[in-house]
Amino acid sequence: MIHSLFLINSSGDIFLEKHWKSVVSRSVCDYFFEAQERATEPENVPPVIPTPHHYLISVLRHRIYFVAVIQSEVPPLFVIEFLHRVVDTFQDYFGVCTEAAIKDNVVVVYELLEEMLDNGFPLATESNILKELIKPPTILRTMVNTITGSTNVGEQLPTGQLSVVPWRRTGVKYTNNEAYFDVVEEIDAIIDKSGSTITAEIQGVIDACVKLTGMPDLTLSFMNPRLLDDVSFHPCVRFKRWEAERILSFIPPMETSGCSRTTSAPRIAPILSQNVNNTYDWSLFVVLVSSSLVAIPVYVKHNISFREGSSQGRFDLTLGPKQTMGKSVEAVLVSSQLPRGVLTANLNPSQGTYTFDPVTKMLTWDVGKINPQKLPSLKGTMRLKVNRLDMYGEKYNLSKASNT
Amino acid sequence: MSTIALYNDQGGAEAAVEAGRRTPPVPAELPLDSSALTLKNLKEMLESNKESLKLEAMKRVVGLISKGKNASELFPAVVKNVASKNIELKKLVYVYLVRYAEEQQDLALLSISTFQRALKDPNQFIRGSALRVLSSIRVPIIVPIMMLAIKEAAADLSPYVRKTSAHAIQKLYSLDPDQKEQLIEVIEKLLKDKSTLVAGSVVMSFEEVCPDRIDLIHKNYRKLCNLLVDVEEWGQVVIISMLTRYARTQFTSPWKEGATFDENHDKAFYDSDSEEKKDQTEAKPYIMDPDHRLLLRNTKPLLQSRNTAVVMCVAQLYWHLAPTQEVNIVTKSLVRLLRSHREVQYIVLQNIATMSIQRKLEILTNLANEANISTILREFQTYVKSQDKAFAAATIQAIGRCATNITDVTDTCLSGLVLLLSNRDETVVAESVVVIKKLLQTQPTQHSEIIKHMAKLFDNITVSMARASILWLMGEYCDRVPKIAPDVLRKMAKTFTAEEDIVKLQTVNLAAKLYLTNSKQTKLLTQYILNLGKYDQSYDIRDRTRFIRQLIVPNEKSGALNKYARRILLAPKPAPVLESSFKDRDRFQLGTLSHSLNTKAAGYQELSDWPAVAPDQSVRNVEVIEPSGSESEEESSEESEKTSSDSGKSSSGSEKSSSESESEPKKKKKTKKAPQKKSKPPAAFSDSDENGNGPVAQASSSSAESSSGSETDSEDSDPPATPQKKKKDVKSKPKAEVKSKVEVSLLDLVDFSPAPTNAPKSSVFSSSLLSDLEGLSLSNISSTIQVTTPSFGPVKTYELLHHMTGKGLSAKYHFPRQPCLYEPSMVAVQVILTNSSDHSLEEIHIGERSPAGLNIHCFNTIERLEPEASVTVSMGIDFSDSTQAANFQLCTKEDQFSVSIQPAVGELLMPSSMTEQDYSKEQGKLLGMNETSATITMATANTSRLAISKQVLSVCNVGEVPSSQNSVHRFAGRTVSSGALVLVCLELKESSTALLTINTEKSVMASMLLRDLKQPLVQA
Repeated sequence: MIHSLFLINSSGDIFLEKHWKSVVSRSVCDYFFEAQERATEPENVPPVIPTPHHYLISVLRHRIYFVAVIQSEVPPLFVIEFLHRVVDTFQDYFGVCTEAAIKDNVVVVYELLEEMLDNGFPLATESNILKELIKPPTILRTMVNTITGSTNVGEQLPTGQLSVVPWRRTGVKYTNNEAYFDVVEEIDAIIDKSGSTITAEIQGVIDACVKLTGMPDLTLSFMNPRLLDDVSFHPCVRFKRWEAERILSFIPPMETSGCSRTTSAPRIAPILSQNVNNTYDWSLFVVLVSSSLVAIPVYVKHNISFREGSSQGRFDLTLGPKQTMGKSVEAVLVSSQLPRGVLTANLNPSQGTYTFDPVTKMLTWDVGKINPQKLPSLKGTMRLKVNRLDMYGEKYNLSKASNT
Repeated sequence: MSTIALYNDQGGAEAAVEAGRRTPPVPAELPLDSSALTLKNLKEMLESNKESLKLEAMKRVVGLISKGKNASELFPAVVKNVASKNIELKKLVYVYLVRYAEEQQDLALLSISTFQRALKDPNQFIRGSALRVLSSIRVPIIVPIMMLAIKEAAADLSPYVRKTSAHAIQKLYSLDPDQKEQLIEVIEKLLKDKSTLVAGSVVMSFEEVCPDRIDLIHKNYRKLCNLLVDVEEWGQVVIISMLTRYARTQFTSPWKEGATFDENHDKAFYDSDSEEKKDQTEAKPYIMDPDHRLLLRNTKPLLQSRNTAVVMCVAQLYWHLAPTQEVNIVTKSLVRLLRSHREVQYIVLQNIATMSIQRKLEILTNLANEANISTILREFQTYVKSQDKAFAAATIQAIGRCATNITDVTDTCLSGLVLLLSNRDETVVAESVVVIKKLLQTQPTQHSEIIKHMAKLFDNITVSMARASILWLMGEYCDRVPKIAPDVLRKMAKTFTAEEDIVKLQTVNLAAKLYLTNSKQTKLLTQYILNLGKYDQSYDIRDRTRFIRQLIVPNEKSGALNKYARRILLAPKPAPVLESSFKDRDRFQLGTLSHSLNTKAAGYQELSDWPAVAPDQSVRNVEVIEPSGSESEEESSEESEKTSSDSGKSSSGSEKSSSESESEPKKKKKTKKAPQKKSKPPAAFSDSDENGNGPVAQASSSSAESSSGSETDSEDSDPPATPQKKKKDVKSKPKAEVKSKVEVSLLDLVDFSPAPTNAPKSSVFSSSLLSDLEGLSLSNISSTIQVTTPSFGPVKTYELLHHMTGKGLSAKYHFPRQPCLYEPSMVAVQVILTNSSDHSLEEIHIGERSPAGLNIHCFNTIERLEPEASVTVSMGIDFSDSTQAANFQLCTKEDQFSVSIQPAVGELLMPSSMTEQDYSKEQGKLLGMNETSATITMATANTSRLAISKQVLSVCNVGEVPSSQNSVHRFAGRTVSSGALVLVCLELKESSTALLTINTEKSVMASMLLRDLKQPLVQA
């Protein structure tokens, strides 16, 4: 299983190493650097790199490469998934997963890695258990520890380790019993010029933040569970019950504890995602916007024209709500990748604000709420780059054509 | 003091970062100096008396290790601290030891005695970590000590320590492979372990130490299958891949022709003599081994795991083990994985590629099959219109690929492509021609029309590749278009000199082919073209011309060859084959490292072929549950109680749940017949005894506490209910007072779901986001595990009291189909009370009831209902499984109204979940007298699965049983009061007739249910 772990930053320095079996020399990373050089972009480094004696499996997150060294056969996804879990844990503990954060907390990182793997095999990856073993560093706790001499390391076996619900400890108490659920849906759609939907796919996630005392057993049922095409769950959700009754039944995991870090997002409890592959399964969206034929709640009309022989182009974009059944469409953000030839854009939004990044050529228009009476629009001109080399090339071609 | 030190440390780290950034080539220089300085300081710190100083020093040492610096000098100073009381310091010393013990073996031995002592520590955590570190110290001298420690730990009462010992086995094996035999003994022992915690780790050791000792698995196979869902995710991966290998050696292939397991496997599962049958006749159709089926069934839910490795692992298991028809269920999950991180996508796509190539595109057909090909083609059509020429061309190629892959749509694609031929854009046309050529080659029989069409287009096409393709097609199928082909050749002869090389070559070919098939018309033309070719600039063409001439024009010298000319030129050409770089990867097991690298990785275990004859199945039979195993289980729970006693009350809860978990798998087998009767943890019983009877038995102590804590909240939100009133109301019943206590604790649970608050009429239907979550209800672990609440299906509302008769008070009720919170034998009823009068009504409550023994759980008296206001209350009625109406009086301060609730028979049920196997088993017990059936003519609109279940669910509150047959629909439920099983089965026959069967002990109910069910199914 996992032999060693190297953390490499974007400039190619190995800033942390950890070994679970005998020490593997850093030089093994040279193969990784080679592959990195060959790859044109940082994302293109192959996740699995064979070397004469080892195999390197790497993951790129937050501009840090997490390179695991393995020596024998192991499912690559096993390692990849584990590395992602390590990153998630760091993020959970330190709020961010950056080189600086890891270096500042190197001791905690080391303690964590020690607990997460034993002899290269995952031992405790559940955040709840880890937090009982190693308390997340907070300023308050550091202060307390220095005064009282107590430590960040737990002395008892975490209760979760032995139970069937490792994601929750017993005897949790909250002053206010409350539970929050967010249903986040993402729609990926391809829309043709005329605005009709060609394909669409919905993916949804239910984020939960449950602060309930004790060991509550929750059930979450859907109006129409048949709409869900394919789902995956946090381990706390009972598979069998879902199979039989289409009900999410679960004992919720602990939400991220630590009062000092309110900025961090609540832990995703039951992860549920669905893939809807063709158009008529749009009805899932319907559950949310209450009709049976609704497609996308927003439409975009655009008209972009370039005048022949001039470096000016006209740009016209109008937004409108579409079959929202009386619900207003809010917080609309339009972003559009303009072609490289666009130098500047001088646009005039009827509402909201827009930005144009001349480097990435990304046009972003923060529209806000759409008022169906007065449709928001973005009009103006763009200045285009004239490629002189192309012009010469064309002339040359023309003269050649006339010769023959 | 150490705060300062700590901050200094951080500052130092940052400084190092800074330095590293400024001088990237030599990052080691600066810190090395400082570390050389500090090493001395660190040593001093470590040898000081102050705990905090030591800890600080160790933190710095760990920092050095993490940067890959050598800190081995400090070994003696560090090792001294191994016996420290400070747990954090101790842990850091462990980290150091594991890192450097190999280099400093002699000194490392100093620490061993500490570990040996720790192995006897009463705290299981200390024991576990001591074993972890001891086994991680790679010093050969201590092998005997390690061996002893592992053996002891394997018999430890704590599953955590046993898990650690399973890990230690691997470590010891890699240190000293000679210990193999002894280690296998330990593995064998640990494999018998029933804890889910241990299972993953011990299988990992098994894989590492003795993957060939399949015989060790036999006895544990079924246990592993059953435990699988509860094992932690990493363990699942390892166990599944091991079981894949195991199954390939133990079961026969399900891929044989004529495998009819679909109908048979149910029976096979319960037919005790199926094994005998198999032995008797080899030629019998394939029957899947029940154990094989068990594995497939138990792994299937794991496809929904959040862990991509688990999903992939199950996918490969299905790929390698499942019958062909069942493999497709993995596709959706795999497609879902593609939503994940980039690295995951990379691996998953590799695997999908192999799957799709090897077994005729089952995966890809998921993306492109008959059903959605039209969608895809529509998408492609849009792309084709794209401005981007290259993109359009690529799209056309994609269409071509679709067409070749899915034979059914080839025609559609072809006609689509032919349409594209009339496109204005030249590139598109050219690309289409090329693709059509490939397509026609695969099935040339009936497409002479297309060829003709293309011949007509020929004049307009200028792209040479397309022209060449058309010419080639003409030549190849010249016998199908005998009139056009010579004409095309004539045109070509005219323009021959101006054509590109590739076109010229094809012209020569065409000429030759035509000469052979139709020499009368084309002899002169051919000769003319051959002459032109002879003097062409390109030597390729001159070569070809000469070759063709020798071949087809008979002369003395080449007599032998030209006999075969016809055969050479007009040989049927094989259709182009899709080549892929993933072609040869299928030799490796999917999802493995070897597979993704396409080379054999170290330690790769070959997946064996299916055996021709299955080995003896009986080896997997487990006779008795060994008493020793269960004993240790009990002891372990006692033990953990002991150790956790110092941590107080909090851990006792977990202890309970852990013991529950361990006993659960055992119980599953025993109590399959009566899943309702789950045993509750003893603690809950004692609590309930204090509190009273019935419903509380299900509430565990913690929830009772919590609810009493929030008592005030619940009362605030429910103004009409005050404790005093409640007592007054229920005094009539002797037991009621006790109940009211319970009520309080349960009420706030009810409040949690928005339904009972004063929502207007049918809040259930408001399809806002919230409504998705409406079913959210709180209950305790043991209470409603098996009872189900399908909130789908329409809810009918009935009138209870009309506002005319009720002097302004109107009441409606419906059955929310939720398990009743007050008593399990009651049916939950929600009553919506509305005041339509002009004055407020006071003290709405329930008065006398009849029949006298009727057990109703009343709602709390509503103090005051304002005009136009409405309130929803829930009550429970025990109908005793009869449709006899429950009569009672609805009272206000001034008036009393007699009302009655008559339940539809379907509402007296609650859904019950069971597998298809259980269903048929139960059905078998309810035959004869207990079976009622009728043949009905179904309305055509009702034949789909969706429609049927909708209709059935609208009538009665039952649960759908997943069915493997398309024509049979099964539903199961239990009566609320007595818990008698009610099984509904609808079997579709030809010409829209169907057999509706109801099996239940309650024969009166059955006939009523039959009548109720018939109606909606027959109606359109």
